[in-house]
Amino acid sequence: MTQPDQSVITDEMRQVVGKESEPVTLEVDKTSCRMFARAVGHTDLIFYDEDYARSKGYRSIVAAPAYTGTPVYKPAEARAVGEIGGLSFSVPYKRVLNGGTEYEYLDTICAGDVLTATTAITSFQERVASLGPMLITTRETTYKNQEGKAVVKMRGTLIQY
Amino acid sequence: MAEQVYFEDVAEGQEIPKLAKNCSSQQLVMWAAGSGDFYQIHYDKDFAQGNGLKGTIVHGALKNAFLGHLLHDWVGDKGFVRRFSCQYRGMDYPNQEIICRGVITKKYQEGGQNLLDLDIWTENPEGQKTSPGTATVALPSRGG
Repeated sequence: MTQPDQSVITDEMRQVVGKESEPVTLEVDKTSCRMFARAVGHTDLIFYDEDYARSKGYRSIVAAPAYTGTPVYKPAEARAVGEIGGLSFSVPYKRVLNGGTEYEYLDTICAGDVLTATTAITSFQERVASLGPMLITTRETTYKNQEGKAVVKMRGTLIQY
Repeated sequence: MAEQVYFEDVAEGQEIPKLAKNCSSQQLVMWAAGSGDFYQIHYDKDFAQGNGLKGTIVHGALKNAFLGHLLHDWVGDKGFVRRFSCQYRGMDYPNQEIICRGVITKKYQEGGQNLLDLDIWTENPEGQKTSPGTATVALPSRGG
């Protein structure tokens, strides 16, 4: 693995590794569950029909795999591209790619749930690939439901180049 | 949904039923809205080409969600998808087949659960694994 000549990782960045972000609130509602499931192309009615989902033992419509709610949007608090857990760093790369994702499910998420997510950056790495020099940032986000129970852990990789 | 699959009926090395996807530009716009990822490389050809890409590309996270769909449908009502992941190694383009596949790599019991580890991936029309990953699912037992 080739390393770039000059590192873009600063002391400020190293210091935040492992630190948990401020919590973010995400709402899971029937419409957003349906929209996500429809975009993926799911056909199981537990993702669309509340009565059917209840007949299968769920509290309401189920959030399809990888749907962890929608952050409550406020115009003045729009997220910047490349921002992680409320943190963004000055790096000389303006292009962003998603490097990979892992979802670990501890419980089912249903419409009506309100999730609280906290994110910690777990590492910064650099390499030179076919796209040129890149910064690779890994993070872990824990989603808890309204009862304080952790329901999903998401581990993501962000590539800036 | 297919018939319920049981732990007793599967073996290491077995491939699970494939799931074929083919994204229209409309599906990518629906995914942008559903996931909240509005990055223009996924629906604006000029923007994508300005970023050095051939054209618009399928969202990595959508391919991950496709793999979630593959596993969800396979484990059935009584199964549970505990974990799934993939890396976005290659780009996929709209209006091309994306085949979602999985092979059982390990069959075991742990904490009273019947578990399977799988290799999962998406495959492009050239047969390349554009999003390789792994998963762990729980299946019901015929014994209840």
